[in-house]
Amino acid sequence: MSFLIQQTIIYTIPLLIVALAGIFAERSGVINLALEGTMIFGAFIGVLFINISQANGWFQKENAQLLLILTMAVSAFFGALFSLLLSFAAVNMKANQTISGTALNMLSPALTLFFISVITNQNVLSMYEGDAASWFMLKRSDFGFEATESLNFFESTFLIRNYLTTYICIAIYIILSVILYRTKFGLRLRSCGENPHASDSLGINVKKMRYIGTTISGALAGMGGFVFSLTTANASATGDVAGFGFLALAVMIFGNWNPISVAGAAFLFGLFKCIAAAYATIDINGDGVFTLAQLGISTNLYRMLPYVITLVVLAFTSKHSRAPKAEGIPYDKSKR
Amino acid sequence: MQNKKLFSKGRNLLQKDSAKSLLASLLSVLIGIFAGALLVLIIAVFDKDITIGHGFEAVKLIFFGVLSKGRAESGEILFGFSGVNIGNMLFRATPIIMTGLSVSFAFKSGLFNIGAPGQYLIGTAATLITALSIPSTLVPPVIIWILAFLSGMLFGALWGVIPGVFRAYLGINEVLSSIMTNWIAANLVTWVFENSPFRNGAESGKVGYIMKTSANSVTTAKLGLDRIFEGSQVNAGIIVSCLAAVVIYVIISKTTLGFELKACGNNRLAAEYAGIKGKNRIVLAMAVAGGLAGGGAALYYLSGNTEFFWSTYQSLPTEGFNGIPVALLALSNPLGVIFSGCFMSALSIAGQQLKNFTAYNENITSIVIAVIVYLSAFSLILRNLFSKRKLRQEKSTSFPVNLAKREIEAEERQAQE
Repeated sequence: MSFLIQQTIIYTIPLLIVALAGIFAERSGVINLALEGTMIFGAFIGVLFINISQANGWFQKENAQLLLILTMAVSAFFGALFSLLLSFAAVNMKANQTISGTALNMLSPALTLFFISVITNQNVLSMYEGDAASWFMLKRSDFGFEATESLNFFESTFLIRNYLTTYICIAIYIILSVILYRTKFGLRLRSCGENPHASDSLGINVKKMRYIGTTISGALAGMGGFVFSLTTANASATGDVAGFGFLALAVMIFGNWNPISVAGAAFLFGLFKCIAAAYATIDINGDGVFTLAQLGISTNLYRMLPYVITLVVLAFTSKHSRAPKAEGIPYDKSKR
Repeated sequence: MQNKKLFSKGRNLLQKDSAKSLLASLLSVLIGIFAGALLVLIIAVFDKDITIGHGFEAVKLIFFGVLSKGRAESGEILFGFSGVNIGNMLFRATPIIMTGLSVSFAFKSGLFNIGAPGQYLIGTAATLITALSIPSTLVPPVIIWILAFLSGMLFGALWGVIPGVFRAYLGINEVLSSIMTNWIAANLVTWVFENSPFRNGAESGKVGYIMKTSANSVTTAKLGLDRIFEGSQVNAGIIVSCLAAVVIYVIISKTTLGFELKACGNNRLAAEYAGIKGKNRIVLAMAVAGGLAGGGAALYYLSGNTEFFWSTYQSLPTEGFNGIPVALLALSNPLGVIFSGCFMSALSIAGQQLKNFTAYNENITSIVIAVIVYLSAFSLILRNLFSKRKLRQEKSTSFPVNLAKREIEAEERQAQE
């Protein structure tokens, strides 16, 4: 059971944080189709930063958690930088946001792979030394548990063998959701995605708000990309995040742009991803019977289900969809 | 006098929207290529292993890669007519001309077909299954080829219909539903082939691939093209895709159906008011777009010497996505798609040359293409750079809609004259 929960968490967290990235951009009125590309870029920058820090001996294994937090910040920063390309096209140039997003989704893997092969002469960039689990996973010693001490369910599931990134991401998710939905700033940002002309008439700078929304979105997606590569790909960058950016978009739509529903959707989709990845070895109630493997359902079905469910949900809820009304429409002051 | 007349004619030509759009496209291509060249030079400056001379060599390859003949013994890269490169360029252009047509056709109807990769994948699966499962001992290979091609188009079309129906009858943005259908296709194709007998178990280490269709003696005819471009993979597929471009051009600009589609793309409500069945037309447009993408896949994999990596669940085929830049560069003109498709594949040949002969790698061409798409997204601004007139208020929300609108306006103007 702890294994199932831990694996689900691993897949849920990147979805959660990147879906929030999508919410921030869309609530401010910009469709961020480039989430996938930003994740790829963030993952690359994060791994590169770890690699360089290790190579130069800036951090030893004892300070690994510090390095982890710093790397999250660095990949968030570069994710934000990358997203400026989108906000420039969408806000200043009034470009078609779908096409610019697609362009960035093409640019990011190309740029990343180009640099990776210039740096390493291979198609993958990994940590300079050690692996993600031995460096960054939380261990018994981090909580002062003895090696032989028996742990209760909570301790063995949520403390050891987790990553610190999980809890940082959850904290960020809660804080930013509260900011977006319970503060004056959040209200203003959301108003730009619903009725930018009304916001403008009340003295809100729509362009600035959209820049802020998209930049926060880029930062979150860049960080999410690094978290994804850390927890699922052993901190390596390959110019690919296996469609997680698009899955996060699906999570956002499924969750109807609402943080609580999105969290639920992210958990559901994370569970599917986890089952697809490890269903043959999951023992739900610990009786030694691998129930899911015995069901004999193809792993491909589990992989496919999130997208199918999203499509079906879209079909049934399109009438009540709470998508921001002005998303994807460049703001033009002269049109009221 | 004559001169003056000619001059004013030339100026009128420049004033035309289509000419301006063409210039805007060329400008984005140039900026894209220069961005790639700049990146190459920057790397040359900072990387100790790469000298500036090598950097310039690479830049030359980016511009003229398709004419490269490899390194001479003196170490210099030679340029000239290369049958292999140009033949391969045409071969690789074949599928992206088709996906480019797919995206263009949808654009004309006001739809953004980002679902081309999924349609391409489904088309691939249908084509391969048909081509490999009908025994060539019983049925002549030509018939199998035609059946396989048609099934690729049919299944591509079916896959295109899904987002079309969602858009027409439920009002769901086709971009969102296409993203979902893309990934469903990616998983579905993996599922279909996972334990299938179509995997190439005969050759060792090839079980990750599907058998070549030549295993069932199904190959696209060469029609002597291989003699013109010796040593390349070119085949009659390129002719089929060019024919498809002509057919689509005729449909869009010469038939009632094309007019109705453009009308729907321009303003669906107005079109419906005029008696056009808008919903029906949207579904039809997506079906044709899907069929074209599926047909592109069929042409690529029926060549007989291409292998399909069937475990597609983690990535979507680039040929599908490359339809988007091809269509954007051609400004959705089906005949222009032939040229922009060839240009894109020339770029990818250049990338291959870079990988073979320099310290750089082929990803530089993807960067160039991405920059071009990025610039095409705000081509409206670029276009206005060429315009001396005061800018008309133009609704910049959606590029395809504007494109259709502009065409209709141009036609009206012509009619008035």
